Amino acid sequence: MFPIVEKKVLSPTVFQLKVVAPTIARKRKPGQFIILRIHEEGERIPLTIVDSDPEKGTITLIVQEVGKTTALLGTMKEGDAILDVVGPLGKPTHIKNFGTAVVVGGGIGIAPVYPISKGLKEAGNRVVAILGARNKDLLILEREMRAVSDEVYITTDDGSYGRKGFVTEMLLELIKKRVRMDMVLGIGPLPMMKALCEVTRPYGIYTVVSLNPIMVDGTGMCGACRITYDGKVRFVCVDGPEFDGHKVDFDELIKRNRTYLKEEKIAMEEFTYHEGPKCYETTGE
Amino acid sequence: MDPKEVKERLKIPRQPMPEQDPKERVRNFNEVPFGYPPELAMKEAMRCIQCKKPLCVEGCPVEIDIPAFLDLIVQGKFVEAARKIKEKNALPAVCGRVCPQEDQCEKVCVVGKKGEPVAIGNLERFAADYERETGAVEIPEIPPPTGKSVAVVGSGPAGLTVAGDLVKLGHKVTIFEALHAPGGVLMYGIPEFRLPKSIVEAEVDYLKRMGVEIICNAPIGKIETVDELLQNGYDAVFLGTGAGLPYFMGIPGENLIGVYSANEYLTRVNLMKAYRFPEYDTPVIRGKKVAVIGGGNTAMDAARTALRLGPEKVYIIYRRSREEMPARLGEIHHGEEEGIVFKFLTNPVRFIGDEEGRLEAIECVRMELGEPDESGRRRPVPIPGSEFKIPVDTAIIAIGNGPNPLIPQTTEGLKVNKWGNIIVDPETGKTSKRGVFSGGDIVRGGSTVILAMGDGRKAARAIHEYLQTGNW
Ligand SMILES: Cc1cc2nc3c(=O)[nH]c(=O)nc-3n(C[C@H](O)[C@H](O)[C@H](O)COP(=O)(O)OP(=O)(O)OC[C@H]3O[C@@H](n4cnc5c(N)ncnc54)[C@H](O)[C@@H]3O)c2cc1C
Ligand code: SF4
Ligand code: FES
Repeated sequence: MFPIVEKKVLSPTVFQLKVVAPTIARKRKPGQFIILRIHEEGERIPLTIVDSDPEKGTITLIVQEVGKTTALLGTMKEGDAILDVVGPLGKPTHIKNFGTAVVVGGGIGIAPVYPISKGLKEAGNRVVAILGARNKDLLILEREMRAVSDEVYITTDDGSYGRKGFVTEMLLELIKKRVRMDMVLGIGPLPMMKALCEVTRPYGIYTVVSLNPIMVDGTGMCGACRITYDGKVRFVCVDGPEFDGHKVDFDELIKRNRTYLKEEKIAMEEFTYHEGPKCYETTGE
Repeated sequence: MDPKEVKERLKIPRQPMPEQDPKERVRNFNEVPFGYPPELAMKEAMRCIQCKKPLCVEGCPVEIDIPAFLDLIVQGKFVEAARKIKEKNALPAVCGRVCPQEDQCEKVCVVGKKGEPVAIGNLERFAADYERETGAVEIPEIPPPTGKSVAVVGSGPAGLTVAGDLVKLGHKVTIFEALHAPGGVLMYGIPEFRLPKSIVEAEVDYLKRMGVEIICNAPIGKIETVDELLQNGYDAVFLGTGAGLPYFMGIPGENLIGVYSANEYLTRVNLMKAYRFPEYDTPVIRGKKVAVIGGGNTAMDAARTALRLGPEKVYIIYRRSREEMPARLGEIHHGEEEGIVFKFLTNPVRFIGDEEGRLEAIECVRMELGEPDESGRRRPVPIPGSEFKIPVDTAIIAIGNGPNPLIPQTTEGLKVNKWGNIIVDPETGKTSKRGVFSGGDIVRGGSTVILAMGDGRKAARAIHEYLQTGNW
């Protein structure tokens, strides 16, 4: 069992958990993830390890309520325990001193961007961050990101904070202003990552994305997480989760992530029926 | 045995195991055969003529004293029969169900020369079930601790066997398993209706009661490397990580929604219990028309699993003919009874989807058998212009698995062959790395439960010797 020792609400649909998992806390590197299963009847879902405290033996997870399992996690309190947590999975981010790294986080995507930005900063990069959310209330980790970035730009869809518009527009503006960028790291909803790659492609800027396909085991055993990369099959859980975005077939992955839309709705309905109505929003992903 | 008795015994026909009616059983996940009641078991065991040179024993990969345990069943000493088997085979309830006896002991059984062989597998299952169900399973006395400890990576039949053998010799044993439940393929791959999970759980529980520690959610290579295990106090490591990397066909449309690897499909249904969705959270597509590609046990398991999720049709698409199918005969027979439609000499060339990316059809080509290939089977060759479409919404690819590279990639000095299988000395399971042993599917490629167990037994013996002498 993996006890929850701290829970913080970050926005109406996003919360942060600290979970006791000492070995993972000691071993994990930026870019890696875990898979958890809440209880005996639960499904296995992947979540990025946002941070860890090797001394206290905890890992930090940030969760957006998008389906039954994440909504159920949202009802769990400090002192409750998660049945299974396995990790650290996936390859760590390839971190080195690139020069200037532009890191782009959209919505909940800021959560996985944060540990990588921290790593990039520690490796000596100049870190320029572009953070986007639908509105001010949904923007997470702003303070943490400011602490590890040299410059921060914020966009919101409705203009309630920072600039009105999308992160991709901000990025394009920086490119046009000839801001130096030796690499771009972008994480967020798939359509955002796809658009981001289209922005950088004409300029030939090396662009890394972190993918979030459907997973089961997370160790390369099932192939649920497969994508087409550079015309070949890759398993995101072992070959990724980070890839050169210019070689990813996003359209295919976007479709594959819709495999269980119908089932997810049934599960969610069952859940709200039993748990009572609860604020619930989809990401439109 | 006097010739008159032999003659009498040879008159007894092979006793079929009572089983669920095919029409009934395709609607549930309960085990298909009910097992023998004691009278039937005794009658079937009577068919053994107690050969002086029992060929069956030679046919058994772990050399169970078959005539001896059959004779104990004839005498009504069922628990003793189970213990006789366990001298050689730690998991008889499993092997009685999943071993390909028709290729092993029963293939060479002397009675089978003229008529049907003695139903050795069914009787093995009977004895083991009897012992378990009557609560007669005893925990052996464990000798005082030797002070040595062994890490076993992977909890499939190979790992479980190594753990059981070594703990009985007084060594401290810890099993590390990547998934959340121990058992390997027995747990995530082979379906409930062929091997009830409660049996695997009982075997695992038996190991725990003998003192084996099992740590789940522990992918070695990620959470700790083999080198770290060796540095952190383990005197030896056994790698039984199986063949868990699904092969795909490399044809267009393979990533469409509705195309699964058999591993994913079976894991969702067996391990995650998607057949009980939404009571269990894991979903699986309940296809109306399902095609399974491949001809082995995995393909049969996937097809029979799909059947139980209520489709209109389930096909097996296999590029050779029935004679070449590697699946067990009994399984093919069960599948036919349950209504699987076999498309032999047929090979998929592409998957076709709709605009949402959901599978709609498979385009196939007809094959004919040409010259024999290196495996001795006639090589299937496509017939030009014979392409045709089969409308399906679900396809399950069951064309085999490769070795998972996680451990070899993270272990300094561990030699693998060109397919990525770990290279070992077949007599001892010793790898190229001091203190590290291996066996089962990670060494052999896709193989069988009993051969994985046989490897485990040999490795356990060699590990024990290594721990005592320190000689490599
Ligand atoms: C669907 C299906 C049906 C089959 N039917 C039959 C049958 O009827 N009869 C028969 O004899 N054989 C059958 N087989 C084959 C048989 O199951 C295998 O040969 C046998 O299970 C191999 O045993 P093993 O111990 O080598 O590995 P496995 O059973 O594969 O177990 C390996 C275990 O190691 C774990 N693991 C892997 N990597 C790591 C890691 N890095 N760290 C920790 N743990 C790890 C895995 O999660 C797994 O639990 C079937 C196989 C399948 C897939
Ligand atoms: S070969 Fe057949 S008849 Fe002979 S001992 Fe074995 S099981 Fe009995
Ligand atoms: S999640 Fe199963 S192979 Fe990646």
